[in-house]
Amino acid sequence: MTCSAVKQMNNLLSLLGDYTFQVVAVGSCALGIISGISGSFATLRQQSLLGDSISHSALAGVAIAFILTGSKTTEVLLIGAGIVGLIATYLITQLSRFSKANFESVMAVVMSSFFGLGLMLLTYIQHLPNANQAGLNRFLFGQAATMLSTDVLLILIVAVLIILTVCLFFKEFKLFVFDRDFASDLGLPTGLLNFILSTMVVLTVILGIQSVGVVLMSALLISPAIAARQWTHHLSSLIGLAAILGGISGLGGTLISSSITNFPTGPAIVLIISLILIVSLLIAPGRGIIWQRQQLHRAKLNVAADMILLHLLEVHKSTFSAADFAAIHASQAPLYSMDQLVKNLQERHSIEKQESLFIVQESAIQELSGHLKKEEPDNA
Amino acid sequence: MPEFEIQLIAVIASVACAVLGTFIVLRKMSMLTDAITHTILLGIVLAYFISKDLSSPLLYVGAIIMGLFTVYLVSLLQNTHLLSEEAAIGVVFPFLFSIAIILISLFAGSVHLDTDSVLLGELAFAPFDRLVVFGIDIGAKSIYTMGLVLILNAGFVKIFYKELQLSSFDSLLAYTLGFAPTVLHYLLMTFVSITAVSAFSVVGSILVVAFMIAPPITARLLTHELKPMIWISALIGAFNALIGYQIARSFDVSIAGSMALMSGLSFVIVLLFSRQSGMITRIWQQLHLKRDYDDMALLIHLFHHYKTEVQESETNIHTIVNHLNWEPHRLENCVKRLLNKHLIVVESDQYQLTSEGIAFAAHQYTTLFK
Repeated sequence: MTCSAVKQMNNLLSLLGDYTFQVVAVGSCALGIISGISGSFATLRQQSLLGDSISHSALAGVAIAFILTGSKTTEVLLIGAGIVGLIATYLITQLSRFSKANFESVMAVVMSSFFGLGLMLLTYIQHLPNANQAGLNRFLFGQAATMLSTDVLLILIVAVLIILTVCLFFKEFKLFVFDRDFASDLGLPTGLLNFILSTMVVLTVILGIQSVGVVLMSALLISPAIAARQWTHHLSSLIGLAAILGGISGLGGTLISSSITNFPTGPAIVLIISLILIVSLLIAPGRGIIWQRQQLHRAKLNVAADMILLHLLEVHKSTFSAADFAAIHASQAPLYSMDQLVKNLQERHSIEKQESLFIVQESAIQELSGHLKKEEPDNA
Repeated sequence: MPEFEIQLIAVIASVACAVLGTFIVLRKMSMLTDAITHTILLGIVLAYFISKDLSSPLLYVGAIIMGLFTVYLVSLLQNTHLLSEEAAIGVVFPFLFSIAIILISLFAGSVHLDTDSVLLGELAFAPFDRLVVFGIDIGAKSIYTMGLVLILNAGFVKIFYKELQLSSFDSLLAYTLGFAPTVLHYLLMTFVSITAVSAFSVVGSILVVAFMIAPPITARLLTHELKPMIWISALIGAFNALIGYQIARSFDVSIAGSMALMSGLSFVIVLLFSRQSGMITRIWQQLHLKRDYDDMALLIHLFHHYKTEVQESETNIHTIVNHLNWEPHRLENCVKRLLNKHLIVVESDQYQLTSEGIAFAAHQYTTLFK
């Protein structure tokens, strides 16, 4: 290894041994995992942007909790954020149902109103005699680097709880998410299941905004699940993969931000999971963007080849030479070369090469016969 | 004087937002607007790196371009059909926003590109930024910037009213008629971006959402026609701004936050009390529905058994509860109402229909069971 590579390795190793790094890394990783799990359910229930609403509303909760208790400990603030988050979620569903206004419009209004309330309270706090608002601001933009080991402990406990809950009640959640009415008919307590799933999302969001901040939280919540969705359609693998991707992004983000000076942790995490998402969207087998492009290209090629074949059939009937093909190809001037078209037709078994001639197969003739120009009708 | 200017700026801003917001709400683009208010930061950052000047107009241009780019990116993602429409929004704007924060932290750490103020804004400082023309101080700069935005937005809506109306309600028809809904869509989002960028120093871009979305959905509860909806949204927006300011002044808190909260509150209040669709109205209607149903049930019951062999037992005041299967309380209230309306009388332990009662019940019976 070269000298600078060895140096980098040493830097990395010393980084990994650093206590602060370990604390933040474990915390962020765990956050990523629970985001993956909760986000899977959120996206499946068409509640992708609810995480955004909850995180904006949480600001008000944090402020209220501080005003009521005077305490800036994470647990207290998060309980406040959680309660307000749940209230906001409840309000959104009830208000949109009742007013028949669009769900996403109501979501936007509730979100900005609660955020406005949070701002009012924060500025009110500034006037309180012994208030020091510094600790509350981190919720806006997240400061993962200030994570304490007690914070991480809390995250780990919540993570274990969530994993346990999902494992224990997997079948019930699965049925509830995909067919709520049937679940209700079977006697499952749908109200309770709804509450548990909502609470999972709320917990994840309010724990997560410490790390990545209010604005970025929605990405951390839903990106792992969407990325995972590109690779599998089984719920169990979806949740598992989402958890893994979330954990990787948490870990990776911490690594990057610790290695590069002035690199903020929260955005680093979001950057990584976004990149993972982009790659997944592009290369996912059987559905990705690249696959879609290939299909489109394929379809266009098929059509062009069929068009040429049609012309050839009309002029030369079912047997023609390469020269005939070239002549027609030249007159048509399609976007594809002759070789491409011939290869396409051979692959689809529309034509076969026998010595120096091409024979059009029966199947192809039948397929295309509907498009051939009709013979002149006899006069009656 | 500053108080007046602050309120003036706020009212102008809220009306400017409400005018566009009506169409945003109709086209279900509220969350997209929220996304734009976040991503314009990246546009500002990139423009700053090019111009190295915080007061350069290039920052405006960069922000507006970034707003359009956001819309484009979201549409691109939505068209792959690999994720839901709202999920597309939820992954695009944090991605762009995180790039902005990274760039700021890495390269502009010492520059006062305060993310706080971009997002949150503070109206209280607006009056200190004066516009001086030919040596004469003609007021806070924000009055004129927001005023210009208001004129632009109002002009846009006025000129393209028919096209906006058609494409918001029936975009397919608009397309077949030869309008270009996509062009109009991006045009609308351009004005949204312009408004968001101009407003962020005044109310903070996050609260642009409150001004754009809340008044229209409140107006929607009060009217179903487009033109009134726009006017009422503007009025409600101005109202929210003024009341919000008063609250902020009384408690000495964030002005923008107060206005945003007020926007939400006025929605809830109208929801509760509106004549047409309000909650109170609904509850009232449901209560009356119950009562009317009970009255009719009792009358028809009496009518049905009028002059039949079983009339004695069916209409006896003691046994009727069993036949109707009602709680005594419910029967008592119903009887009271019908007695008051002179539709029934009590004779020798039986409920009897009066002649009006008979006529009424007969009418109901035939309409229902004909």
